[in-house]
Amino acid sequence: MPFKMLDGNAAAVEAMKLAKVQVVSAYPITPQSSIAEKLSELVASGELKAEYIRVESEHTAMSAATTAQLAGVRAATATASQGLALMHEVLGMTAGNRVPIVMPVVNRGLAAPWTLWCEHGDAMSERDMGWMQFYCQNVQEVLDLTLMAYRVAEDENVLTPAMVCLDGFFLSHSMQKIDVPDQELVDAFIPPYKPKNLYLDTKDPMFICDLTGPNEYTEMRYQQKIAMDNAFDVIEKAQKEFSERFGRELDIVEGYRTDDAEVVLVALGSMCGTAKYVVNKLREQGKKVGLLKITVFRPFPVKQIREVLKGKKVVGVYDRSAGLGGQGGPVWCEVSASIKDLECDIRHYVGGLGGRDVTAEHIEQIFNELMEIYAGERKYHTQWIDVKENAMEIRQVIKNV
Amino acid sequence: MYDIKHESKGLVSHGVSACAGCGLELIMRNVLDVLGEDTIIIIPPGCSALFSGFGNETALKIPGFQGNLENTAACAAGVRAALNAKGNKDTTVLAFAGDGATVDIGIQALSGVLERRDKVLYVCYDNEAYMNTGIQGSSSTPYFASTTTTPAGKPTGRKDLVQIAIAHDIPYAATASIHNLSDLRKKVKKAKDTDGPSLLHIHTPCPTGWRYDPGKSIELAKAAVQTGCWILYEYENGKTTINYKPAELKPVEQYIQPQGRYKGLTGEQRQELQEHVTKTYEKYIKKLENIG
Repeated sequence: MPFKMLDGNAAAVEAMKLAKVQVVSAYPITPQSSIAEKLSELVASGELKAEYIRVESEHTAMSAATTAQLAGVRAATATASQGLALMHEVLGMTAGNRVPIVMPVVNRGLAAPWTLWCEHGDAMSERDMGWMQFYCQNVQEVLDLTLMAYRVAEDENVLTPAMVCLDGFFLSHSMQKIDVPDQELVDAFIPPYKPKNLYLDTKDPMFICDLTGPNEYTEMRYQQKIAMDNAFDVIEKAQKEFSERFGRELDIVEGYRTDDAEVVLVALGSMCGTAKYVVNKLREQGKKVGLLKITVFRPFPVKQIREVLKGKKVVGVYDRSAGLGGQGGPVWCEVSASIKDLECDIRHYVGGLGGRDVTAEHIEQIFNELMEIYAGERKYHTQWIDVKENAMEIRQVIKNV
Repeated sequence: MYDIKHESKGLVSHGVSACAGCGLELIMRNVLDVLGEDTIIIIPPGCSALFSGFGNETALKIPGFQGNLENTAACAAGVRAALNAKGNKDTTVLAFAGDGATVDIGIQALSGVLERRDKVLYVCYDNEAYMNTGIQGSSSTPYFASTTTTPAGKPTGRKDLVQIAIAHDIPYAATASIHNLSDLRKKVKKAKDTDGPSLLHIHTPCPTGWRYDPGKSIELAKAAVQTGCWILYEYENGKTTINYKPAELKPVEQYIQPQGRYKGLTGEQRQELQEHVTKTYEKYIKKLENIG
């Protein structure tokens, strides 16, 4: 297995190349990633034998990828922030028609105001569209989870598209040393694409996605819900096989030093690396803290989360999206609901928005607050982390008021 | 494989839920008859979705996909790319959409297909408004026509789809009309045999939206051409041919009089519409002759 220095974008491309995608349709909306151009380079050089559709929008990118895959090939696209939002309408078509596309999503904030930088607000806005969502901690996971995603999405008991979410810049543009598996190993893990159930073939005609009445629409959605439920078993089996073939472990959730932890922080994505560092540091000071890293956010792994959080008295959840108007961010809402019958004080934290770094200091501050709550020394927590004191004065224009 | 409940002649089942006198149905039957069963169709959720079917039934014997209102061309491009990837250059990919799904919300994706020279046959059946959703005006609704969103008559003329297509320098683009099916079928054949994108813009009266006696669809389609409200021409590898040029234009009144959508026009407006049509027609013919 050769090692390569790759950033997250290149790792995603490497995985799509190893999966031998046959059609690529991608568009460079602002903010875009280098995934589209890297794929086009591979097609131009002949390293990837695929048709490249240089589409005119993300809406078309997802539309074309969806019908290409329905016509019988593995199709690829990628996006970020505004592009994902523009795809919204078509995401439902992909999922509802059970087209198992795997798509890297470079997580970045949404306008307004304009931002180019990391947060999870883009992917969280699409969390109920019927796509699986896998969040990566590092560049190796970008490659590994993308390979995993193909295997799981295309399983006949799942047939559900998947987003592989990688944090903008922190992963997409950060070079790390990556173990890139040999093609033969990947070929054995991801067999050639074979369309199942729905396909466009003049030798076996069917009409896909016509109008469906209230008498069947519910059942069609229910089938998607069951597919999501089925995904857990398929993911676990695929993870086992992945570790046997590639020698690396992937987990639906990872409890990091949580066994004897008094307080646990729940997080997704690249900040989990920082959080692990802080856990180790605080452990050295004798503080019993742990991290629960959620890799699979859709389907939401209630059982696995309960196993880790069982018996915990104080838990914090770090949302890298604002969850405006909600009681807390989307991850907090989900985690709260999954342990609603356990006696647990679960606190929500929001931060790391629009490229704001989630620093070791912020995570240490959260752990310290949670420890104080655990000890009964603190009632309230800091809901929004690292907010400037003059927040309400920034670009406030007072006119006609 | 389909479970065929009723054998029909051709690729469209007998008895579909289109309105009485619907010209779209004629177009669908004739287009598919010429293209044959080695065709994959993309249909947006408009009037043509009546052919997609409902629930577990469809009116078509060929494979098809109903996409979103604005991505008919994009979905066709995806199918084309997949077929190309599999080495299949023969299967026809047919995008079949109405005027709203084409000239309004679908124009961006269509422009992409035309610019990339994707081998897709794009048919726009033009009944001059959003008929399926309740007769709202589109950018193909003609001057002074009343729709539910232009109740006092549309204050502007129509968008010119074929000239937009030609501006992309595609190999084949043509207008057609349901009153001349042999001309239409000939053009479908040419479009099918085109190595690259092709576009057919087919005029079809709509009894429901235009409010006229459903028995008069063909008559009105013919009147549109005879009065200069619709021009039959084709653009083939840079050469323009006007397929029919009346020796003398008939009065527009003959075309609009049977239609409820022009009922509210005053005598003055009728005169203005006549002047608008004559002027637009003459300018257009001159332009076509210059391109040709």
